Amino acid sequence: MARSLTTSVSAFALTAALAMASFGAAAQDSLTVVSWGGAYGAAQKKHVVDPFQKDTGVKVLFEDYTGGVAEIKAQVESGNIQWDVVDFEVIDLERACSEGLLEELPRDFLPAGVDGTPAEQDFIPEALASECAIGNIVWSVVFAYNERTIGSVKPETIKDFFDTAKIPGKRAMRKRPQVNLEWALMADGVPPAEVYEVLATPEGQQRAFDKLASIKKDLVWFDSWSQAPQLLNDGGAVLVQSANGRFYDSIRQEKKPFVIVWDGHVYDLDAWAIVKGTPKKDLAMQFIAYATGSKPLAGMPDVAYGPTRKSSMPLADQTAAPHLPTAHLDKGIKAGSEFWADHGEALGEKFNEWLLN
Amino acid sequence: MPARGALLHSLTAQEAGQAARARRRKRLTALLFVLPLLLFILLAFVAPIASMLWRSVHHPTVSELIPRTIAELQRWDEHGLPDEASLAVFAEELHALARKRQSGRLAEELNRAFSGMSSVVKSSARQLGRLQPEQLATDGVPTLLKAHRNWSRSEVWYAIKRAGMTYTYDYYLTALDLERHPDEGIRPRDTQIYLKLYSKTLTLALIITLLCALLGYPLSYYLASLPENRANLLLVLVLLPFWTSLLVRTTAWIALLQTNGVINSTLLASGLLDEPLEMLYTSFATVVAMTHILLPFMVLPLYSVMRGIDPSYLRAALSLGDRPLPAFARIYFPMTLPGLSAGALLVFIISVGYYITPALVGGTDGQMISNLIAFHMQSSNNWELAAALGSLLLALILLLYWVYDRFVGASNIKLG
Repeated sequence: MARSLTTSVSAFALTAALAMASFGAAAQDSLTVVSWGGAYGAAQKKHVVDPFQKDTGVKVLFEDYTGGVAEIKAQVESGNIQWDVVDFEVIDLERACSEGLLEELPRDFLPAGVDGTPAEQDFIPEALASECAIGNIVWSVVFAYNERTIGSVKPETIKDFFDTAKIPGKRAMRKRPQVNLEWALMADGVPPAEVYEVLATPEGQQRAFDKLASIKKDLVWFDSWSQAPQLLNDGGAVLVQSANGRFYDSIRQEKKPFVIVWDGHVYDLDAWAIVKGTPKKDLAMQFIAYATGSKPLAGMPDVAYGPTRKSSMPLADQTAAPHLPTAHLDKGIKAGSEFWADHGEALGEKFNEWLLN
Repeated sequence: MPARGALLHSLTAQEAGQAARARRRKRLTALLFVLPLLLFILLAFVAPIASMLWRSVHHPTVSELIPRTIAELQRWDEHGLPDEASLAVFAEELHALARKRQSGRLAEELNRAFSGMSSVVKSSARQLGRLQPEQLATDGVPTLLKAHRNWSRSEVWYAIKRAGMTYTYDYYLTALDLERHPDEGIRPRDTQIYLKLYSKTLTLALIITLLCALLGYPLSYYLASLPENRANLLLVLVLLPFWTSLLVRTTAWIALLQTNGVINSTLLASGLLDEPLEMLYTSFATVVAMTHILLPFMVLPLYSVMRGIDPSYLRAALSLGDRPLPAFARIYFPMTLPGLSAGALLVFIISVGYYITPALVGGTDGQMISNLIAFHMQSSNNWELAAALGSLLLALILLLYWVYDRFVGASNIKLG
């Protein structure tokens, strides 16, 4: 009996090994690419993933995630890499890169733009700032109102977001300190260029939380950008924060009477990165080189996200041009990825403490 | 007849052996039957949880990245700056890390110990990395101290020393809103959050358990008093939501509770309200949605226990002259206690660790400790602290279970 026990154990192990081997074989000529889903994911599928599959014959498994580094950290630590290429918010990117969760990327594998401009000059500098990723879009956190529910006084500046006397009603923000504290300081009169400097000091942090506290009873919190247009549509809030592309998609596809306010917007990049230790690094780099080419990037303005290559703009749908963050850079600030790498955890705790009080 | 006696004797020995073999075989067969489950539980449940719990006390990263500095810091008295030799060792190790492109990991680790150090470590590592190895002995320490004023602060070095301990209880201190200070010993942290969240989580779980009991008890009583076929039909109505996806039920509550949702528009249209009520994104929403979701866990054990109670006991009490209410309280209720405790324990334990519903409908004041554990797992990436918070929660539940066992008795729990 003892013999048959070992037999069955080894049979089990063998089956498991066979199963894994066959998974491995099936996955050999495919690539797992992970991004944010929604309208953005659909645009990437149309302009990047599908053409890439057609041109190269490589099967791409295109999956969604909700940001953060937890899954990638778990995969790298266990050595069981499931994802190959990931679309990162630059705020997360800095930490993932320094923790050694991402492959370092050279710069010489990027093709020149369609107009022949070398990649180094074609990309905006921020897109090539990280050694672990290649920036692909510029997006922005803005707020919007609904033409139907706003009333006669309409918001124009970030100050109005915090002025409940001028515009009464609920405001919806994503439940995290990022962007919210920047907005609070800007609304409190801190010049945009000095926001992160002020926010690095304990007094500045207090000032930001105090400003947020002044509208706390009118704040509604959500966890994912996708909840935001819904809140604006059903009247859950009068002023709602979200990624500009989410609003643009509701306006364009669903003909919602939303109006975006660009004052004080906080813009950031998304970037393609490769998970450390993937056996398909070469294929992954081939994908990134393709995905950040002039033509695929020219499809991103479909969802109001700005391409990071200058040569993409002439190829893009020009109706979206005035709705891109790149058309409003003077009204906003760049999200401080280094600041949030430094203070993200401490301010995250402080923010949650503040929520409880 | 001696021959027969010998035969009998030898037979019994053989028989005994056979019987023992048969028993062993049976046990082994039984083991083989449960082996897949056992392996599955070990691999998918016990091992990950054990490794997570282990993480909360075992943290070797810093001492692996800068082993010599940590050793040097052992002789430092925790006041003022470490001596020149220790600083030189650190400058050397940071230089080596910068050359190996490993300084980012150290930056992340030290940032956790002292907020704001991430960029300091990275920029200092860049500046040190530019030095030639032979310059290090002379220029290393001045370059380091010049790179950022934080390197001249004893709090920073104290934080590095604490972070360098391979075995540490510091994460548990943080999880209890405490910290260590070189002079004052253990003292409260600036940010007070986790204790508040624990007590809030327990309060919410208690309220939900009470509500489930209040709603579930009469329902189960009614179901138990019905004839079997009708009771089964009605039980399907209890089970249907139980089979429906958790996410669907939570989203349904969003549709009901939101500002212009079903409830508010009905109340407004009927003229009972002038202004919509704020119900979504409050702890009220968390309590309502979770009570609804967890109700079957209360009804099912209660119902099956009540089904087993012979109604003649109550009739006997009444016919002996007891009034209905005292008879119910003294005769019927004590017999339902096993089911009630099982239901209460199930609902309480599940709601303490609940995550999705409070995250979706809870807003600010409906948050529970699980949401903060998720924050440390997913966004701050501080898995050690998440592990400490999680194991404290586990310890808390075990403690409550122990108290419960003392006063009610775990053997009293009955699921049917």
